[in-house]
Amino acid sequence: MSTTLAIASIVIKDLYRRKDFYVLFVLTALITLVMGSVHLFHDDRIVRYLKELCLLLIWVCSLVIAITTTARQIPMERESRTIFPLLAKPVTRTQVILGKFLGCWLACAITLLVFYLFFGIAAMSKEHQWPLANYFQAMVLHWTMLGVVVALALLGSLVFSAASSNTTICFVAVAFILLLGRHLDQVAMQVRQPASGILEVIFFAIPHLEFFDLRDLVVHDWPPVSWWVCFEAMAYAAAYAAFFLVAACLLFRRKALN
Amino acid sequence: MARMNAPVSQDSRSPAANPAGGSITARAAEPILRIENLCVEYRAAGSRSPAKRAVDGLNLSVNPGEVFGFLGPNGAGKTTTMNVLLGFINATSGDAYIFGTTVRQPIARQRIGYLPELTYYYKFLTAEELLRFYARIFKIPRTETDRRIDEVLKLVELEHARKRQIKTYSKGMQQRVGLAQALINDPDLLILDEPTSGLDPIGRMKVREIIQRLKTEGKTVFFSSHELGEVETVCDRVAILDQGRLKLVGRVSDLAKQYQLSLEQLFLKVVGYSIPDPARTQA
Repeated sequence: MSTTLAIASIVIKDLYRRKDFYVLFVLTALITLVMGSVHLFHDDRIVRYLKELCLLLIWVCSLVIAITTTARQIPMERESRTIFPLLAKPVTRTQVILGKFLGCWLACAITLLVFYLFFGIAAMSKEHQWPLANYFQAMVLHWTMLGVVVALALLGSLVFSAASSNTTICFVAVAFILLLGRHLDQVAMQVRQPASGILEVIFFAIPHLEFFDLRDLVVHDWPPVSWWVCFEAMAYAAAYAAFFLVAACLLFRRKALN
Repeated sequence: MARMNAPVSQDSRSPAANPAGGSITARAAEPILRIENLCVEYRAAGSRSPAKRAVDGLNLSVNPGEVFGFLGPNGAGKTTTMNVLLGFINATSGDAYIFGTTVRQPIARQRIGYLPELTYYYKFLTAEELLRFYARIFKIPRTETDRRIDEVLKLVELEHARKRQIKTYSKGMQQRVGLAQALINDPDLLILDEPTSGLDPIGRMKVREIIQRLKTEGKTVFFSSHELGEVETVCDRVAILDQGRLKLVGRVSDLAKQYQLSLEQLFLKVVGYSIPDPARTQA
């Protein structure tokens, strides 16, 4: 475990020594603060739009950070050849994959913590209330969802040799799942076979990342979801992440290093 | 006795000696590194051409406390052999053992240090952070880690730059930080892949000094190099590899006596390069 944690710590250091995170955070904060300072249509409920916008930016930024950070890990190790001194130590390739996954996922947790803290402060300054349970639940499920995305991007980094192609494909796949995934079964009912069957298979095969999206709950101050449902969603995410990680480990064990 | 152009067995007079002059125990006399009938074949991905045999039936052993030079022209199979020893690739047949453990097991690498030919480190880390990271991998306790970091940074003369990110280092400094990471676990066996490659004369001298210092500490060093003068200076024994086959192995002093040639001349002869006669060239 200590080897995995050591590798994870390097990933986290890499994140906070790069500028990506800071640029995205400043951008999100700037857009939210500018929008928050304008009193549009003299509507007191405008704060809902502000929250929605801020949460959308947080979702986009977190996906950018998760995918770009993960997608470059293995290709960067191979290109800069840092993988050689690392594997010359008593480290297995499985530990490298697990360390990279853990590092990227923890980096996402740090990112989300900062972003949600900012969101909470911005929302509280307008609403004068702080529904902590809602925010916490939204953040935890958001982070769980990022675990699946990180594992998917890690697997992609072993399938596609270039980090840029992996990043693009991961973004397209995640956007497809988030925007269209939930509607696939309805589309399947309206088309003929074999397209219908294919869509059904895709619908049941893809990880439904939209399950983890509690933005509406936060925006409209709805009561928190039952924690039991949250745990089920976490188990669902864990199963997908484990599947992607096992595939990544098997692939990495067979992969030539140069 | 050294032999040429034949399957070469271990030199019967190879020193299991502790250079520091200590007594040799039966356990210490066992080879630290043993390569048995190692074969490695490569086939280009998607190619129908026959597999290329990079290493062909290599047998070799390195004894405790010796500095062993692993020589050969480019493409001879040196790096491939090192890659097998370090677990980067699997052998097609045969096996290699470090401290009696097959190199296929990661634990075989617990007591070794490896310096790659070029410096490959996380450039966003400082030297101290890099060494601490590798120490964590070796599960070295924190207090011991602090002591080892101080020790190796002093040895490679990088104490002044320990808090600076590696990306700000010169090439020589990066090579020395590489040597420091190879030494962080106080290894019993050091595998160095062309450790002075690309360094200026001062850098080379410093690396050479460090190798000699490690030799006096009784460490075993296995290194490949094209700098034959350097090999002659620091090595107890050498092996010459050509086209994947072991052509020659023996003590440097014995080889010089036996063939009445310098190591460079012997190397050229072994790899099949005809040495021009100086007298005839002048005429």
